[in-house]
Amino acid sequence: MQKLMGQLMNCDVGVDSLEDEDYMQVSQKRIRCSMTSLINWYESVTKKTDSETPSKTRASSCTHCQPPPVVVIFKDMESFTTKVLQDFIVISSQHIRELPLVLIFGIATSPVIIHSLLPHSVSSLLCIELFQSLSCKEHLSTVINKLLLTTQFPFKLGEKVLQVLINIFLYHDFSVQNFIKGYQLCIVEHFYSQPLSVLCCRLADAKQRINSLSHDQCENIRRLPSFRSYVEGQVSEKQIALLTTDNFLKETTQKLLEDLHVYHENYISVLRCLHVFTSSLPKHPLGKQIRELHCACLEEQVWETEEYESSLQLARMLNKSDLVTMLQQCVEIFVSSSGKEFDKTVEKLKEFLTQFQKLEEAFQEQDVSVSSQKELQKKTDLYHLQKTLLELKESRRAKKLTKFEMLRFEVVDYIDSLVRNYLVPADHKTLHEIMYFNTASVLREHLNAAPRIALHTALNNPYCYLKNQALKIDGGSISNKAPDICIVYRLHLECGRLINLVDWLEAFSTVVMAAEGQNADAASSDQVDDIIQARFIRAVSELELLGFIKPSKQKTDHVARLTWGGC
Amino acid sequence: MPNLEHPAYPAAKLLQLESLVPCREAQVSMLLSLFGERHQFSFPSIFIYGHTSSGKTYVMQTLLNTLQLPHVFVNCVEHFTSRLLLEEILIQLQSCSSETGQTSHVPFGTFNDFVRLFKEAIASRELQDQTLYVVLDRAEQLREMEANILPAFLRLQELTDRNVTVVLLSEIVWELFRPNTGCFEPFTMYFPDYSIGHLQKILSQNHPPEYSADFYCAYINILLGVFYMVCRDLKELQHLAVLNFSKYCEPVVRGEANERDSRKLWKNIEPHLKKAMQTVYLREISSSQWERLQCEDGEPGQLKGLSAHTHVELPYYSKFLLIAAYLASYNPARTDKRFFLKHHGKIRKTNFMKKHEKTSNHLLGPKPFPLDRLLAILYSIVDNRVAPTANIFSQITSLVTLQLLSMVGHNDQLDGPRYKCTVSLDFIRAVAR
Repeated sequence: MQKLMGQLMNCDVGVDSLEDEDYMQVSQKRIRCSMTSLINWYESVTKKTDSETPSKTRASSCTHCQPPPVVVIFKDMESFTTKVLQDFIVISSQHIRELPLVLIFGIATSPVIIHSLLPHSVSSLLCIELFQSLSCKEHLSTVINKLLLTTQFPFKLGEKVLQVLINIFLYHDFSVQNFIKGYQLCIVEHFYSQPLSVLCCRLADAKQRINSLSHDQCENIRRLPSFRSYVEGQVSEKQIALLTTDNFLKETTQKLLEDLHVYHENYISVLRCLHVFTSSLPKHPLGKQIRELHCACLEEQVWETEEYESSLQLARMLNKSDLVTMLQQCVEIFVSSSGKEFDKTVEKLKEFLTQFQKLEEAFQEQDVSVSSQKELQKKTDLYHLQKTLLELKESRRAKKLTKFEMLRFEVVDYIDSLVRNYLVPADHKTLHEIMYFNTASVLREHLNAAPRIALHTALNNPYCYLKNQALKIDGGSISNKAPDICIVYRLHLECGRLINLVDWLEAFSTVVMAAEGQNADAASSDQVDDIIQARFIRAVSELELLGFIKPSKQKTDHVARLTWGGC
Repeated sequence: MPNLEHPAYPAAKLLQLESLVPCREAQVSMLLSLFGERHQFSFPSIFIYGHTSSGKTYVMQTLLNTLQLPHVFVNCVEHFTSRLLLEEILIQLQSCSSETGQTSHVPFGTFNDFVRLFKEAIASRELQDQTLYVVLDRAEQLREMEANILPAFLRLQELTDRNVTVVLLSEIVWELFRPNTGCFEPFTMYFPDYSIGHLQKILSQNHPPEYSADFYCAYINILLGVFYMVCRDLKELQHLAVLNFSKYCEPVVRGEANERDSRKLWKNIEPHLKKAMQTVYLREISSSQWERLQCEDGEPGQLKGLSAHTHVELPYYSKFLLIAAYLASYNPARTDKRFFLKHHGKIRKTNFMKKHEKTSNHLLGPKPFPLDRLLAILYSIVDNRVAPTANIFSQITSLVTLQLLSMVGHNDQLDGPRYKCTVSLDFIRAVAR
């Protein structure tokens, strides 16, 4: 409670001292943390603003007649101790006339918790209104929209990395902050580990930097796998030129980077257009959110997937009003995009729209299908029925499509062509490694830490962390130069549920003295060296501290093993 | 109703006092006789107790203010440590004197210092031997402070050797206050609850001037008829009266009925009051929302109160963690093997089980379980393999912060933390969908 009051007072006093009025200088140490001081401060602040108003116009002074309330935001309501919260509310309600307070509670679970945290006597003092912020998934979509699906930032995430981040968000914590931190980690990793990331910047800067690349860096470019496949696809003179002359390489790189940039612009617009189409389909074969669509497009050529086929089929069954609205949205997207190639597309789409409008006025002719239904209703015997049904099926196949359906087909085919042209997955473009970060394993190690696995690796394979050449072993054998705890750990892995301490000690001493195996006399004397025993006991208690074993009550001189498996 | 008479105070003031404190004349007259004349020493400490909204604070304040007796009024909840409390008393004493606000106050540590400063402050206030009343509201907080505060306050008159009386106001009976070491017994006074007649009288006093008193009385009658069964709290009833009065007057305003048409007014207001009982009284919606609703005057439609929003969104693994915690809490450990492994043996019913079969675990409440058991159940109910990453462990802690799980046992026990699941079956069912 005191901390709460203290913070309020300190920050209020802090704000006070920031204001440049000649307010009485109050020493922060001597301030009494009480409501009266708060009220005094508040009165002084509001009186100050009141005294300023006569200098302004008369009209504005009446808006200041009710002094503004002080807003206190409780960031996490459930983590407050209930007594503190209740007391605070009781106290502030008593002084509500002098100090108008508005309390904002951040609730992570459900609003019913107000009733469980505050007794009726306290909640009756509050005038409660509920407001809901956007769900966290929407926040994530906004973040992804602004960071990834934009041409503003040249850095992009590869498919696996994006999946890791989204999985952590959806499965573990719903935390957008952690997502952003993961994204920052990706950026750091990318710029740290990829030497060519110096070119991952705005296009103009990149071109300048290319001109000043050194020979080593050009070699780096030549070693990129996507560049190699590009080179293989070139004419042989060009190949030689690319592999030998740096200048030619630099020119080509500039061109390729430009292409990549243009590709991104087009990709994003077409992606949004496709999302408009697929987001309203029933059963969402390609996912409801644009990020799912984006992942699918990054993974592989989206037009070869089954989900794409099914979504196209569903799109062919859309009704007119939906189709029209979707086309209008696509037109807006393309008009607002920065890509220059889309003028033709926009015209084509507008043409479609006008054709749809014309259809409204045109008269739809009735199909043959109506007449065929009348035929069915005549009384026929089984054979005739079979014949008529077969004829119907064939006629239906060869049925003349209505104008609307033909137009719909055209629209869907056009969208399909756009997709095939522009939604190529990024892996297929050359020099994509400069912009895309795709080592998901590094990310997973850092973000989704598995402490047990790390412990196991450390104890099993101390070379991994200690980097001591002497400890390098090729699996299976225990080096006797390893630290005691590693030897003890390895030995205990081979035991069952209960481990006999004496046997363990003997095995330990055997391993440790294996190096000094020449002194067979000392070993054969049935008495284990005191030092070795001390080392053993220390290692065993360290293991117990780490939680791998625990003293067992079932048998004396035995310990129970607590972990199984590798982790 | 006996008139308040006292030779020491002017009759006009007493009349005013009487009008301000209806239905409490007996208590006020008792207090006045205790106080006696202004310079007379009164009982050293008075303990007033009564239920919520039985007027203790209001009566004390009105009495002291109307008769202009020198007093210091302190709320113990607001000044929750002894130091704050004592400082506040001194500050109030000093501020009443003619000197302008002294910012520097002498720091003091013990009650002894306080007594000394108190004597100085009284001397500087020129009270002319009038009794100073120190009123401590919500005195039950005094029990939480240091052990010497309460007995010291009860004997303040003796300690300071001045004309001071301490009045303690509380909702709890004196027997629960009495410290183990014994203390000076104060004069206890009980403020009984208002009866329905009293409530009616008090509420009718606040009638707005546009309407006649009878009209308002009838309204209060109706209101009390609906709400008296659930609520006898004067403050609540006042709040409700103010909120709903405009709706009650509507037919009159619209000209459909005049003030005496009780039946029509009743029909108009009754469904409204019933709805108010479910929403505003239970604090489901705020009173400003209620007023807005009244102004709209149409179909109320769906008004989602607080209790309607029960859905909690949790990430995937957290849901499984919660379900695993619920299973661990409510299933006895013996049955784990049976439910979660493919090949289980038969469980033999022992005598113990036969006796206790009938008590459902749900009635007994959640039982604590160790962390290992939670993780074991989690791994067996999640379909795909769960990697034991740090995220899962931190999710457990965040579930504790959200108060969906609670930690049992000492904080220092790193050996095996034990948890308890605190959510109900309905909640789990909703989550499990």
